[in-house]
Formats: sequence, C-alpha cells, structure tokens
Amino acid sequence: MAESKEKFPQTPIVLKEPKWNEVWMGALIPEPGNSVLNNTGTWRVFRPIIDQDRCIRCLICWMYCPEPAIKILDKPYKTKQGREYKITLEIDYNYCKGCGICVQECPVKAIEFVEEVK
Amino acid sequence: MVKWKRLPLNSNYAVAYAVKDADVDVIAAYPITPQTTIVEKIAEFLANGEFDAEMIHVESEHSALSALVGASAAGARVFTATASQGLELMHEILHIASGSRLPIVMAIATRALSAPISIWCDYSDLMNTRDASWITFINSSAQEVYDTLIMAYKIAEDPRVLLPVMSAHDGYIMSHTVEPVDVAEDPEDIRRFIPKRRDRINILDPDRPVSIGTIVRPEWFYEVKYQQVVAMREARKVIKEAQEEFASRFGRRHDVIETHMMDDAELAILTYGGIYGTAREAVDMMRAKGMKVGSVKLRLWRPFPADELRKALSNVQAVAVVDRAISYGTPIAGPVALEVISLFYDEKDAPKVISFVAGIGQRTVTEYDFVGIAEKSLKYLSSGSIPKETIYWGVRGVEV
Repeated sequence: MAESKEKFPQTPIVLKEPKWNEVWMGALIPEPGNSVLNNTGTWRVFRPIIDQDRCIRCLICWMYCPEPAIKILDKPYKTKQGREYKITLEIDYNYCKGCGICVQECPVKAIEFVEEVK
Repeated sequence: MVKWKRLPLNSNYAVAYAVKDADVDVIAAYPITPQTTIVEKIAEFLANGEFDAEMIHVESEHSALSALVGASAAGARVFTATASQGLELMHEILHIASGSRLPIVMAIATRALSAPISIWCDYSDLMNTRDASWITFINSSAQEVYDTLIMAYKIAEDPRVLLPVMSAHDGYIMSHTVEPVDVAEDPEDIRRFIPKRRDRINILDPDRPVSIGTIVRPEWFYEVKYQQVVAMREARKVIKEAQEEFASRFGRRHDVIETHMMDDAELAILTYGGIYGTAREAVDMMRAKGMKVGSVKLRLWRPFPADELRKALSNVQAVAVVDRAISYGTPIAGPVALEVISLFYDEKDAPKVISFVAGIGQRTVTEYDFVGIAEKSLKYLSSGSIPKETIYWGVRGVEV
C-alpha cells in the first residue's frame, strides 16, 4: 500500500522492480497518461540483433516492424569492408516484443535472433 | 451515555436497522429468499424518510454487486444482501470488489445451494466464498447481527484493511425468527463510531483522477495480490480494535470466538451460526450429567482466528467440529474442520479433531444431536481410534 506519489516507479520497470508495498494498492493508476512509462518489450523471448557490417540499410525491417521498434539514427557507420553509411539502424529493446518479423524479412540475413537469458 | 431501545427483530430486520443507523449511501440488491426482507425493510425506511440513501433496483445479483463496485469507487458507503444462488451469481464480482480494495459490506442470510432446490439454511453458499478475500463474520444472534454490521464498516473502511466484509446469519432460523435487539435510540451515536471517511486513494475524484480496475502483467500481479494477504493479516488487528472500541462505547463485547465451559473441558464442540446456541444448551445438559464438555463458537471465518482458537483448544483432548457445509470429494469434508486440523498440524499433544457434518439443507439439529455427537466423540477418544473421515451425522441409512 504505497502512500505517497514519490514511491511510484518513474524509471522503466525492467531496471527497477518495486516491492509489494511500493506498488499502488489494488493496481490503481494514480497518474493519468502514465502508460508512456510502460515498456512493452519486457516479455520478449528472442532478441533480434542487427549485424551493422552486413546490414545494407534497405529499411525493409523498419517498414515491417509492427511496433515500430526500429530506429533510423543519423549516425555514420563504416563497415569492415570499408563501405560508408550515413545512417545506422538500431532496435529499441524497450518496445521490441521479439516477434522475429525483421529477422524473417531481412534480405541479407543481417539480423540474428538470440534467446534472451535472464 | 448511549441510549438503546429494545425491539423485537428478526436478524434480517436487525441488518436493516444497522444499515439505517450506519447511514449507508447506496444500496443495490436483488430479492432472494431468505434475504429479501432485509432490503424490503430498508426500502420501508427510505419511503418513510427515516434515512436517505440511493436504492438501485438491479436485474440480478451480479449487477447488484457490480453497481456497488462503482458506487464504492465513487466514495459512497454501500450495502447489499443476498443468499445462496444470488451469492453464487455474484461470485465473479466478489473477487473484483476485494481485488479493487473496495470497503463494500454485505449481509448473507445463508441458504443451501441448488440442486435440488432448497430455500432452507446451511452454509454451503458462504463456504464457497472462502477464497474471495472477503472478511467474513458468522453471527449467532440478532443482536450480534446488528452489532457486527456496524463494526463491519469500521473494519472495511480502515485504511490498513480496505477489504469488503460479509456478515452472515442463518437463513430462516435467524432471518425469520424474532429476538429482542437493542438498537440505538439516536442513530447519531452509531454514526459517531463509524464516521464516513474519504481518505482512501481508490476514490474516483475529478480533482485527483485515478484508474481502477487495470490490467496487470505477470511482473506486477503477484505483488498486488500479496497486498491482500497483508491486508487480511492487518484485519485481525483492526477487528480486535473495532471490537474493543465498540465495547467501550456501547457496552456490548464481541470477540472473534466465544467459549462456554471450556476451563476444564476434555471435549470441545466447535460450531458457528445459529446452531451454536443449541450447542451451548447441550453443553449445559451434559455438564449436569457430569460430562466435561465445553463449546467454542467461530464468529470470524476470514481472517481465520488461528491464535485465539489454538489458545481456546489448548487444553482439550478432542474437538468435535460441526460443519453445515460439505466440501465434496475429500475425506475431511467440513470446511471449518479442515482449518482446525491445519491449526494443529505437526504439533505434539494437539487435540484430536473429529469432523462432523450436520444441519444440511436445514435438517434439524437439536440439543440431543449435540449430546450424541459428544458421546460419539468421547467414545472415539477412549477407543483411541479417531476417524480420518468426516462423520455425516443424521443421514438416514448411515450407521455412525
């Protein structure tokens, strides 16, 4: 039975897991609109990992991702083969549910699918 | 000094008077025998302007309790009453009420469950609600019914508890039999004991919006349910405090269990509800014949008064638990007997527990039945072989 608002977890729950007496009584939500604090990727079983050297920046994964949890970053990248890209694709694991569609759709098989180990 | 007026009331009317004196805001109920006259009497009070409340006429018990979930979430003091099939129809919402931590108070005029249809009393309806996280009282007299219902609001609305409360009495045997009951001359005396409070967080208030009834994923759910475990534990303390304050204000003392002639008893008869009075009279009859028998009444079913019972039963050699409900398919079929056995599990020199079932579907239980149960129990005790299965007392064709 948390008494004050201060006890409400503001940080992502995957990082800080509140004890029973820090959770609001009866799973009450005292802050409207706080679902933005809710990371929906906590139940992922497999984690997709992009191999930045193999990735050809075709954005097919970005188009297919249902969340969408793939971010296009203005971050230059030079592959081991010397090819230069202006962008980098990264997966936001706070929201990726591990559905594996990106893994399936990648035309160059640049996304690995690795089991999550707790 | 609180003034009382002594009225001839059946237990249903005693409930209605308590609801009036507690100044309940919202009542939602659906008629079912033998509870109906509770809400009829409340409707009469409202029609006569004796107190003011919103009475919601619903189409089922499921809706009755659902309406109260909403009203209680809005901050109202609420009440409903039901029995038997009506309680079964509410069952889903029982868990929603307790899980949402709403201080709803409900009276039950206990009645056997169909099929076959019985409108008469046993406790199969109440015992089915055992795991619904409701604080549950079982009363043995109309005065107790009135007093318990008033204390129920004190307990349910305490911020350390915030759980719904059920207060039961025997259908017909108590719901329709008249006893003298002291009710408050001035309801304000009662209302000062249970002032309405709006300090709980689970009240829907536009100035401080909250969501109630959320979906909770596996990484949170367990912790939320554990809060209910703690609330039930806290309730034991809060109930004691409420009884204490009630006694000092009003001069009537109630406890979670009651004992009679237990000081030197070798055998205890433990039961609950209306037939406890019969058990007590049987004890007096047996005492007159020199049998060292005492009786224990279970007034609080949830939270289970484990410490009090362990203490009360510490000196007896055996306890005969007389249940008015059957848990089908288990050797010990009496719900309360199971709990009493678990009290003494693995304890040395613990009293032997003998489980009896009686009074099913309001089969009459007289003093002589209790004398028979006691004699049988003493015979088991002296022979050294305690039955490992429930004894179904009074079934035609079964030898015991």
